[in-house]
Amino acid sequence: MERPLRILIVEPSAIVVEGLLSILGKRPEFKCLHPLYSVGSLCDYVRKEKPDLLILNPTLAFDAKEVLALGLPLVALVYQYVEKDRLGFFNAVLDVRERSERIPAVLQQAWSSAPRPEEASDESYELSDREIDVLKYVAQGLMNKEIADKLNISIHTVISHRKNISRKTGIKSVAGLTVYAIMKGYIASA
Amino acid sequence: MSMNELSFFSARMRLSDLISANHNLILMFPRLGISLGFGDKSVQEVCEQYHLPVDFFMLICNVYTFAQYSPSADEISQTDMSPLLPYLRASHQYYLQGRLEHIDQHVHLLAASLEEKFGRVLCQFFDDYISEVREHFDKEEAEVFPYLEALQEGGNPVEDPRIYSYDEAHESIKDKLADLTQIIFKYLPANAFSNDAIDLIFDILQTAGDLEKHALIEEKILLPYIELLATHSENVK
Repeated sequence: MERPLRILIVEPSAIVVEGLLSILGKRPEFKCLHPLYSVGSLCDYVRKEKPDLLILNPTLAFDAKEVLALGLPLVALVYQYVEKDRLGFFNAVLDVRERSERIPAVLQQAWSSAPRPEEASDESYELSDREIDVLKYVAQGLMNKEIADKLNISIHTVISHRKNISRKTGIKSVAGLTVYAIMKGYIASA
Repeated sequence: MSMNELSFFSARMRLSDLISANHNLILMFPRLGISLGFGDKSVQEVCEQYHLPVDFFMLICNVYTFAQYSPSADEISQTDMSPLLPYLRASHQYYLQGRLEHIDQHVHLLAASLEEKFGRVLCQFFDDYISEVREHFDKEEAEVFPYLEALQEGGNPVEDPRIYSYDEAHESIKDKLADLTQIIFKYLPANAFSNDAIDLIFDILQTAGDLEKHALIEEKILLPYIELLATHSENVK
């Protein structure tokens, strides 16, 4: 990793916060921002300090929609029983009883499983040039293997382009994508 | 009484209460031969009036309404399934001759208001879609349904069509209708829009939802039922 992950801890207990800061402080791959003990100024603080990852106590009274809108990977910090449905939108759960050497792995896993902030926040629904290339071939009825050969890329890459095309356009079927390609003028006709 | 009966619809409820809970149920009444005007009669009473096995009716209503409901093998084996194939055949007819034909007319009207090449590709898409649905229904009626009928009559049919992939066919039919709504409301030129286009989208969404339930009835009732009879027939052998 080229720069340390900026981590924001939001947790009411000073003991827990200090403990986490001390464990993570020893690891060069993390940089802990000044922690928050309540959620009051969370959103403003996130906009200003731009953390990469949020460690949040799920029992705090926060507005879930607002927190989700931040588009950050979320780690739930739990040390008591928490109802399952409060944990649904967290990318990982960190139990305070977790062994200290396991904690970095939990955070890394949350970071890599969550959508990247830049994708989540200002994602463009415009197809990229490469996606348009793939779309044209899909609309002409080519198979993934044939498209991969034509564009000199792996089948895996073709599939990932196709997933992005469907996610951006909302269209899944080849027939639907063909209509789309014609409407957009990418190909003349089927 | 099974768990299912406790938490889902029961035959003692008024039919009107079922409809208050899920008004889409009305859509399948004509296919079951039930007409409206049942007042405060219970499901049991209405079924008796129309000579419809009430356990079968409950099965259909519950699958149609509760996504989490899947009848157990026991429930399926204890249910009188005699109306199943007539219901499915009536449904096929309803979708092809009722819903899809209606939508098709409106897609053609909408297409006529578009630039010619766009209109053509839209009509082509929907014509292909209808052909695909028709092909799926035909295959069921020509292969799957007769197979089931032979099993129901206690026969030992040789031709086993269970290899046919329902999931794939249902998935594709579902995706294409969803794609059509996306294309219509996102990608048609803004000047193509009239109230007709909005009505059309609602029609498509309604039909898509109903077709999805139809697929569930086949996946959760028809296929397990065939499986059950086929296993039984193999054991008898």
